[in-house]
Amino acid sequence: MHVLTFTLLTLTGALVAGLVGALTGLGGGVILVPLLTLGFGVDIRYAIGASLVCVIATSSGAAAAFVKEGFTNIRIGMFLEIATTVGALLGTVVAAYVSSSTLAVIFGIVLLFSSVQAMRPREEHITLTAPGSLGDRLRLGSTYPVNGSLVSYGVEHVPAGFVMMFGAGMLSALLGIGSGVVKVLALDRAMHLPYKVSTTTSNFMIGVTAAASAGVYLHRGYVDPALALPVVLGVLAGAMLGARLLTAVRVKPLRILFTLIMVALAFEMLYQGLTKHI
Amino acid sequence: MSDAPIHDSHEDFALEQRLGTLLRAGVLLSAAVTLVGGIMYLVVHGGDITHYHVFSGERAELRTVGGTVKGVIRGDSAAIIQLGVLLLIATPVARVFMSVIGFMKERDWLYVGCSLIVLAILVFSLSHGG
Repeated sequence: MHVLTFTLLTLTGALVAGLVGALTGLGGGVILVPLLTLGFGVDIRYAIGASLVCVIATSSGAAAAFVKEGFTNIRIGMFLEIATTVGALLGTVVAAYVSSSTLAVIFGIVLLFSSVQAMRPREEHITLTAPGSLGDRLRLGSTYPVNGSLVSYGVEHVPAGFVMMFGAGMLSALLGIGSGVVKVLALDRAMHLPYKVSTTTSNFMIGVTAAASAGVYLHRGYVDPALALPVVLGVLAGAMLGARLLTAVRVKPLRILFTLIMVALAFEMLYQGLTKHI
Repeated sequence: MSDAPIHDSHEDFALEQRLGTLLRAGVLLSAAVTLVGGIMYLVVHGGDITHYHVFSGERAELRTVGGTVKGVIRGDSAAIIQLGVLLLIATPVARVFMSVIGFMKERDWLYVGCSLIVLAILVFSLSHGG
C-alpha cells in the first residue's frame, strides 16, 4: 500500500477509534490496537507503540478539563502513579519475552472484560476514611462538586487499590492501552471513591502510566513517526468529536452497538492469537 | 498529621488550574508539530510503499531525543513528527514536575516525595529504555 493511501485510511480508522473511545468511556487504545493489527496488518509492536502515544494524547486532553473542574483527586493520582509506573516498567521487560500471539490472546481477554465492564450499571457511593488507616495517614480524602456545592468523600482499601494499579500499569505497557477499566475498578470498586472522581482520576493517571512505557518503547524502535502521524491526529480529532456528541445525542444505543463491536473484536483477537496468525 | 494542609485549599485549586493549562498546551503544541511534520512527510514520501506488517524497528536516530533533535535541525520531516510524539510523551512528565513544585509551595512534603519518585521513574524510562 502507498504511504498516502495508508495514512488516509488509518486517519479515518483512528478517528472512529477516538470517537468510540470517547462515547464508551473506554479510551482509544483498546480499539486502536485491534484496528491496526486486524484491519491494517500492522505488526502488534508498532501498533502498541502508536497506541500508547494516542493514549497519552487523549488522556492529557481530557484531563485538562477534568482537573480544572475539581473532580480529579491529584493526591490519589500522584500516590497511585508510583504503582502504575513501576508496573509499566516491569511490563516493558515482560513484553520483550512474550510472543505476538500471546499478546493478542491477553489483549482479547482484556478487551472482552472491558466490554462487559462498560455495560455494567454505575452506582454512586460515598465512603468515609477510617481514622488511622493508610488513606487517613496519606490524606487521600477530598471534596468534589455535586450540583454546585462541594461534597466530602473518604477512601478505603488503599493497599488493594495500590496492588490493582500495579497490575493496571503492567497491562498498559504490555498491550499499549490506558488500562482505564482496571484503574476505575481499583478506584471505584476497591477504594470506594465516587464514580466521577474515579473516572477522572483514572484518566489523569493514564498519561503518566503510558509515558513510562512509551519512553522504553521509543528506544526499542516501536514508535514509528509515519504511523504515529495519522493515528495521533485521528484519535485526537475523534475524541474531541466524541466529547461534543456526548452532550448532543442520546448515546445509549450507540454505546450498545460499539460494545457489541468490541466483543466481536475481542473474539477475533483471541482467534488470531490462538491460531498464531498474529 | 491532622494539622497538615487540608484538601481543595486555595493552593490546591491554583495547582489544578495550572496543571490543566499545561496539559492542554502540551497536547495542542504536539498536535501542531505533528501536523506540520506530517504534511512535509507526505509531500515527499506519499508515494512510498508501507512496511508495517513486518517489524524492523524504527531507525536508530529516531529512537533517542538527541537524534530526533538533530534530524529536526536538518529539516527531516519524520524527525519533526517524532518531535511531536516526544512533546506528547513529555507532557505528563512536565505535569509531574509541576506537581513537585506545587506541593513544595504547599509544604506538603509527603506528596513532594511521591511526585519525585514518579518523576524519577519517568526520567529513567526516557533516558535508559529497555
